[in-house]
Amino acid sequence: MSDQGRRIITPLDLEIVQSLRCGDRILLNGVIYTGRDAAHKRMIQALERGEELPFNLKDQIIYFVGPTPAPPGKVIGSAGPTTSGRMDAYSPYLIAQGLKGMIGKGLRSNAVIEAMKEYGAVYLGAIGGAGALLAGCIKEAEVIAYPDLGPEAIHKLVVEDFPVTVLIDSQGGNLYETGQKAYKR
Amino acid sequence: MKEISVQKIVKAVEELCLEANCVLNQDVVDALQRSLVTEESPQGKEVLELLLQNAEIAERESIPICQDTGMAVLFVEVGQDLHITGGSLTEALNEGVRRGYKKGFLRKSVVTNPFTRENTQDNTPAIIHYDVVEGDNLTLTLAPKGFGSENMGALKMLKPSDGLAGMMDFVVETVEKAGANPCPPIVVGVGIGGTMEKAAYLAKKALLRDIGSAHQDPELAKLEQELLGRINDLGIGPQGYGGRTTALGVSLEVFATHIAGLPVAVNINCHVARHRKIVLKG
Ligand code: SF4
Repeated sequence: MSDQGRRIITPLDLEIVQSLRCGDRILLNGVIYTGRDAAHKRMIQALERGEELPFNLKDQIIYFVGPTPAPPGKVIGSAGPTTSGRMDAYSPYLIAQGLKGMIGKGLRSNAVIEAMKEYGAVYLGAIGGAGALLAGCIKEAEVIAYPDLGPEAIHKLVVEDFPVTVLIDSQGGNLYETGQKAYKR
Repeated sequence: MKEISVQKIVKAVEELCLEANCVLNQDVVDALQRSLVTEESPQGKEVLELLLQNAEIAERESIPICQDTGMAVLFVEVGQDLHITGGSLTEALNEGVRRGYKKGFLRKSVVTNPFTRENTQDNTPAIIHYDVVEGDNLTLTLAPKGFGSENMGALKMLKPSDGLAGMMDFVVETVEKAGANPCPPIVVGVGIGGTMEKAAYLAKKALLRDIGSAHQDPELAKLEQELLGRINDLGIGPQGYGGRTTALGVSLEVFATHIAGLPVAVNINCHVARHRKIVLKG
């Protein structure tokens, strides 16, 4: 355990998911996938048509991010999280397909939280607006689907000690609620 | 008559785009450092430290502070005695944005049409606010605006009887509803009075003021402090993880209004509160 949190290697199995509690700080290592508004819409349309998704969601993590273009000599540009609430309409379907983790920032709907509790999934927070710092934890990046979407294409990332905080755990524990309550006057 | 060429304007806007997106304004750095002292939550403190580190990395490596390099919002003050030569001013401003966003590897986040949503691929058109002023200078202020925070703004046409208390409650409610979405610590711009669009414009303009600079009118300066206190008592804290630092600053802009109205607009900015100004002399 480093001082920035517990090291976790992806993919996430149910046992790891269930061991995480809101407020825990963790360092992710391994493969994660990116996806935001347009990619989510396409994945849901694919599911509705009964088609295969561009990658197997089982035990995977999706990072809600649309990075800046990689400058010469770099793997990726600035790459912090986008507001997760815009994915609320889609996330429950992906969780039902086996998705175990989402990385983003901001509030989630009850429907998402219920799906997380039912299937066992966690919602992780990366620091919004720290895209330059987070980019340094991304060691490889490759577009694996929807390249026409530019920054919204699905990338496969390999991350090293990528710092996140558990915002909502698989029991419905919610750092946004407990944290705010502790400091409200 | 004094002259400025469009080439000079294109170049100036291009540079503003790079600087605004990769170098965090000093007023924000100072405000983050002040909050580090007052923040009580350990998690909140850690977030503030990481944000300062992030700014250092961005500047050192010339990469954007945040991946949402925003829509390019430009406030342009044109001296009435100035002549722009060589082409269209609006086109020059957009060309500057186009070049800046390409050269700086900034994200292109603008779509042609709100419904069909095809990316314009060059982050244009910019949102341009013109003002004609005395003299022969051209003052350009670029304030790239991310939509995590932009989406959390609100406007309400209050009744005159709602008064000061109604205005204050509306601002605090808007921030509370926004919660963690606009990447707190935030900066809050409030436009009060005028018409509907004037209030919205003033709210955005209020965000150009340096954090910590009090309003010239001491009464309004007092209200800004009071609002800041109430917002920080919400406990949302850095990133919404809980803490004392929900907002770094609150700025008000006020204008005359109609006997029947009290428009109030709230424009929320994140801690990546970008604004860069340059004065081109004719
Ligand atoms: S709200 Fe600001 S800091 Fe957060 S992602 Fe958007 S631009 Fe970046």
